Amino acid sequence: MRGGISRPNFQGESPDHPLKPDSDTTMALLKKSVCLWIALGAFLLTLPSAYAQSPAEPDFPTLVDELASGSLSKRGKTVEAIAATNHERAQTVLKALLEGSLESTRSDPRQVLIETGTDTYVLAANGEAVNADNLGRTKRIPIHNKLRSQIKTLLAQMNLSAADADVRLRAVEQMISDGVDGDSIALLQQLKADESSSDVQDAMDDAVALAQLESSDNETRLNAAKQLRGSLYPEVRGALQIVADNDSESSIRAEAQRSLDSIDSKLKMFRLGENIFFGLSLGSVLLLSAIGLAITFGVMGVINMAHGELMMIGAYTTWVIQQAFPNQIEYSLFMAIPAAFVVSGLVGIAIERGVIQFLYGRPLETLLATFGISLILQQAARSIFSPLNRAVSLPEWMSGSLQINPAFSITFNRLYILLFGLMVFFALLAVLKKTSLGLKVRAVSQNRPMARAVGVRASWVDAMTFGLGSGVAGIAGVALSQLTNVGPNLGQAYIIDSFMVVVFGGVGNLWGTLVSAMSLGVINKFMEPFAGAVLAKVLILVLLILFIQKKPKGLFPQKGRAAAD
Amino acid sequence: MKLKKLLKSIGVLGASCTLALSSLTTSAQEEDTIKVGVLHSLSGTMAISETTLKDTMLMLIEEQNKKGGLLGKQLEPVVVDPASNWPLFAEKTRELLAQEEVDAIFGCWTSVSRKSVLPVVEELNGLLFYPVQYEGEESSRNVFYTGAAPNQQAIPAVDYLMNELEVKRWVLAGTDYVYPRTTNKILAAYLQSKGVAEEDIMINYTPFGHSDWQNIVSDIKRFGSSGKKTAVVSTINGDANVPFYRELGNQGISAEDIPVVAFSVGEEELSGIDAKPLVGHMAAWNYFMSVDTDENNAFIDQWLEYIGNEDRVTNDPMEAHYIGFNMWVKAVEKAGTTDSDAVIDAIVGVEVPNLTGGTSKMLPNHHITKPVLLGEIQEDGQFLTVWETDGLVAGDAWSDYLEGSKDLKSDWVELDCGNYNTKTKKCVGATAE
Amino acid sequence: MLTQRLLTSDKGGMLVLGLIALTCILVPILNLAVPESSPFHVSTFAVTLLGKFLCYALLALALDLIWGYAGILSLGHGAFFALGGYAMGMYLMRQIGDRGKYGDPLLPDFMVFLNWQELPWYWHGFDMFWFAALMIVLVPGILAWVFGWLAFRSRVTGVYFAIITQALTYALMLAFFRNEMGFGGNNGLTDFKDILGFSITADSTRIGLFLASGIALMLAYLACRYIVTSRAGKVIVSIRDAESRTRFSGYQVESYKLWLFVFSAVLAGIAGALYVPQVGIINPGEFSPLNSIELVVWVATGGRGTLYGAIVGAFSVNYGKTVFTTFYPEAWLFPLGLLFVLVTLVLPKGLVGLIGRFKKSKSTSKQEEQP
Repeated sequence: MRGGISRPNFQGESPDHPLKPDSDTTMALLKKSVCLWIALGAFLLTLPSAYAQSPAEPDFPTLVDELASGSLSKRGKTVEAIAATNHERAQTVLKALLEGSLESTRSDPRQVLIETGTDTYVLAANGEAVNADNLGRTKRIPIHNKLRSQIKTLLAQMNLSAADADVRLRAVEQMISDGVDGDSIALLQQLKADESSSDVQDAMDDAVALAQLESSDNETRLNAAKQLRGSLYPEVRGALQIVADNDSESSIRAEAQRSLDSIDSKLKMFRLGENIFFGLSLGSVLLLSAIGLAITFGVMGVINMAHGELMMIGAYTTWVIQQAFPNQIEYSLFMAIPAAFVVSGLVGIAIERGVIQFLYGRPLETLLATFGISLILQQAARSIFSPLNRAVSLPEWMSGSLQINPAFSITFNRLYILLFGLMVFFALLAVLKKTSLGLKVRAVSQNRPMARAVGVRASWVDAMTFGLGSGVAGIAGVALSQLTNVGPNLGQAYIIDSFMVVVFGGVGNLWGTLVSAMSLGVINKFMEPFAGAVLAKVLILVLLILFIQKKPKGLFPQKGRAAAD
Repeated sequence: MKLKKLLKSIGVLGASCTLALSSLTTSAQEEDTIKVGVLHSLSGTMAISETTLKDTMLMLIEEQNKKGGLLGKQLEPVVVDPASNWPLFAEKTRELLAQEEVDAIFGCWTSVSRKSVLPVVEELNGLLFYPVQYEGEESSRNVFYTGAAPNQQAIPAVDYLMNELEVKRWVLAGTDYVYPRTTNKILAAYLQSKGVAEEDIMINYTPFGHSDWQNIVSDIKRFGSSGKKTAVVSTINGDANVPFYRELGNQGISAEDIPVVAFSVGEEELSGIDAKPLVGHMAAWNYFMSVDTDENNAFIDQWLEYIGNEDRVTNDPMEAHYIGFNMWVKAVEKAGTTDSDAVIDAIVGVEVPNLTGGTSKMLPNHHITKPVLLGEIQEDGQFLTVWETDGLVAGDAWSDYLEGSKDLKSDWVELDCGNYNTKTKKCVGATAE
Repeated sequence: MLTQRLLTSDKGGMLVLGLIALTCILVPILNLAVPESSPFHVSTFAVTLLGKFLCYALLALALDLIWGYAGILSLGHGAFFALGGYAMGMYLMRQIGDRGKYGDPLLPDFMVFLNWQELPWYWHGFDMFWFAALMIVLVPGILAWVFGWLAFRSRVTGVYFAIITQALTYALMLAFFRNEMGFGGNNGLTDFKDILGFSITADSTRIGLFLASGIALMLAYLACRYIVTSRAGKVIVSIRDAESRTRFSGYQVESYKLWLFVFSAVLAGIAGALYVPQVGIINPGEFSPLNSIELVVWVATGGRGTLYGAIVGAFSVNYGKTVFTTFYPEAWLFPLGLLFVLVTLVLPKGLVGLIGRFKKSKSTSKQEEQP
């Protein structure tokens, strides 16, 4: 490396690019009105806080306004000062800064606002609503990682006495991960006395003990090591390890080791649980991507190479729905599921009527025709939506994870997709077993001439079945849009896996598809840690090939006449 | 009768064959334009990244033509689609150079496509401008590397993490192909030379398009919870990024806990992602759309107008094409001809403004000087520059941290050699003949 | 006489063979002897392109032999092609010698690059052409034999066979992508210099390779004809049409299928070996299942079950692809996709069938004319 001497360059500028400069006249108008507002706001604001502050320190509103300008490192100092004021709105302001909803006007002097919704703002310093029409263009106050973690720590300290026990717990956990110092020990011990929730008390104990591990007093260290037995915080484990390896007292080393062992045995259990969940979750993705194929390929015998593209259509439908209702992201998936079912289903019916109906009884030729269709659909996606990926947003309820304890959490999106996959599966099973359409589908697939002879409109049933399979593929696309890229190549990534799952499970058997998807997922996840992601997949494929040799018709072969062809 | 039929069918087939051949062989021999080949995949897996570069080239060529063309002639773009198929890249290059007789090719994205094209370009003595950051370890007389070499991206980024964020533990995660392999090798050697212990480096490779990151992310989480500050250096490629970042976000790993520094995630990739879970994670590039310079603003305006879509973004490889194209134009003007040899001689030392306020220069090793910027991802999918190198960094073809290549040097002016061994004082392997 | 047996009643084959022979004679002359300025000059670009098509045609022929005649649909024939290609690529890599970027006399560049200290055992011997040539035949052959033995013995047929061959090529692709495998990972093998002492970029070498591909294709065609017109060929066709019935008649169905499959894999391997020096690169992308599916499409387009149909299909689809990617770079998948759909719907016997149908309709109309 040549000439790369580091120079921190904390630019205070936000990255949004002025694409269209505001015209001068509007700016002038805006300035006038903004000045009025500022004067009014400043007058109102100085009143209450004047009592609370000693005159030497800048008061809260001034500090808040300072956030709008200056370098990132200066902003850090301002944040510190704001927290020190203990102002009732300090927390709100810092939270807004952290979440990126703190904005400033471009006027001079700058006004600092909190965006509370689309185009609704309140003044950051006192929470008064402002008229959005007069603000001109506002710009988000940028922060970077250092600042972000600083704010988080400050908020955690403020939150220690919050009303909600969950918030308090989060605050203590944040402290644990930031490291607890001597001052905090006293604070925590004092707070613990008044603490009502036992969970929070436990966490506080752990936090105190964690800090005490570094104490110079042998007795304190020993007790701390004892106290931490079974505590699952990752920081605790790291600190204990250090004590167990390096402590001067052998009794303390031994105690720390005992605590470590108890932690490790607990962790082992949770890791097993985690792995099973990972496997089931991967299995649910496989299930979703294969289940539509289990109908079109398994029941109808069409080697549908366009299956992946039908999923792609479902995923794009999700995107279109989100574009059409930008304010309803939270509910967009509920709209997207039926929409994707209908869109993909209709495309499927069109494919069946247009091409496949002429190819029944020639399964290998359906492969060629549907391969051609898949090329056309891919290119269509490129032409309509551009080759770039589209950004599908995650609704709030799909993000984050269900924290069971510090060592074990389940991510919501995986959990919901697992449940959703099972729901789709059972719904489909019900359709095939309980409805008259299902009866006809099974009849036609088992013995077409006989079904026709008893008055089933075979061609109509074919179209409906293919539409059903395609629609389910579309639904799978909605789920995939929450996990991966939405782009023209989405389908290709899943098509081979889907075929493997259906064949492994046994063609024509929905239960087989379920079992095969889940077991492939779990086996894969258990092999990954020691074989690596690539080799695990290769091994799975080899096992699959060998398995098919052993049981040529899959896990659950079809019995009877239908199997004889 | 039979014979007649047979002859007739032979005639038909023969005619169609000669037609086929002639359409393959004839090339328009018009001398009033200068042809520029654009070799970017418009279909297949790489279309997602490369289509934009094709549009960039068309825009740059159009702009140049508005300025009166080059050497008094108009430029004519020749666009072909190598369809993300590596042998097809070689075939299309031959078509561009031998059939279409283009004077320069701007193209390729993946390393393998460049490797596939390289022998053809060298054989037919063409010019290739390659605009993407790559693993280095190459220097061809006929290729100009306008993207970043590892020392122009990876090492400054690691320096920042080490010095500013005091990172002590490192996860080097990448897709299993040559660019991440080399970069991680260089980084591991570099980190160890800075005193990082081996157990504080975790290296992980995943296949292309890997979509199930659950246990890798949970491993990273565990690795990062030892009490030492941990960072992920990501050379994860393209499609695998979205599920990776989503999993990070969902498992509650925020950028303050374990920052991820990526070398393959730019504005264009971010425009296809819901950027919320990525806020605060970082990327190292030589250009950000958010850089506020006059050149950049003009470029962005021009791009948005050309593409007719206000939502499109600009990114680093586009800047590389911008620089490369301008360098080529300048070199052709300097040489007074588009002849390859003359341009190769003329282009070294050519300086053109880049979009971040500096002036990039073509070096004798056919790499260019570039600034290195580190940015944090913001909610709108743009970067906030948090750090940049003092001056421009010179691209280094052969890494100083790799066993086989630290003695090698590339200099096409004085040594006329792409891989000169400074110890044995010999030009190893193939030379320019 | 043998030729009589092979070529009578195979007018299409004769025509195609004749055309190939004609190109094999004309193209070298037009390329080497005719000056570039002449309108009859065939450029080197066209030569490599045609050479590539010839290799594809050989591959298509190999697939048609098992799919068209024995009814075994392999969606993994690209794997054998790629294995043959890799064997050739390894030979070519070893030929580079110390002319690599790092000047290591033994190790290929990518191994130096990854700090490998010595040559892996499976790279030994590939510096000798005869050994590489043997491997080109043996590696695909043995893989096909093991795979086929397992599959046919347990009577995996039809769609199931197609899917597991797809799994095979997919698994190989993932494995070859791994850099630890020692085959250059994603970048594959490239930057070749010499073959048998001749510079690979010389026009005469290209012509040589082109001729080799053409001759290989013609020989393979005759060999395939020999098989399908032999007694064994009749058994094979009967397996396709009624496997159980053939088995009950006392034929060893499995061994017929197995040997045919192995032979086809070997042909595919040879095609791959000829392909690699002409295109200059082999990488795991060749194992991609999509390539194998495309191969099936060539055969279907040309006409399954007629050997020359496969050749016609390989040429026409690839020619179409070359033209489309040049003239409609933005939308070439539309016509290509449409072609596949139309061929399956309208021309179940492929392009070749079109001619046959035309003839048939003529002859039937003639018959109708006769009172």
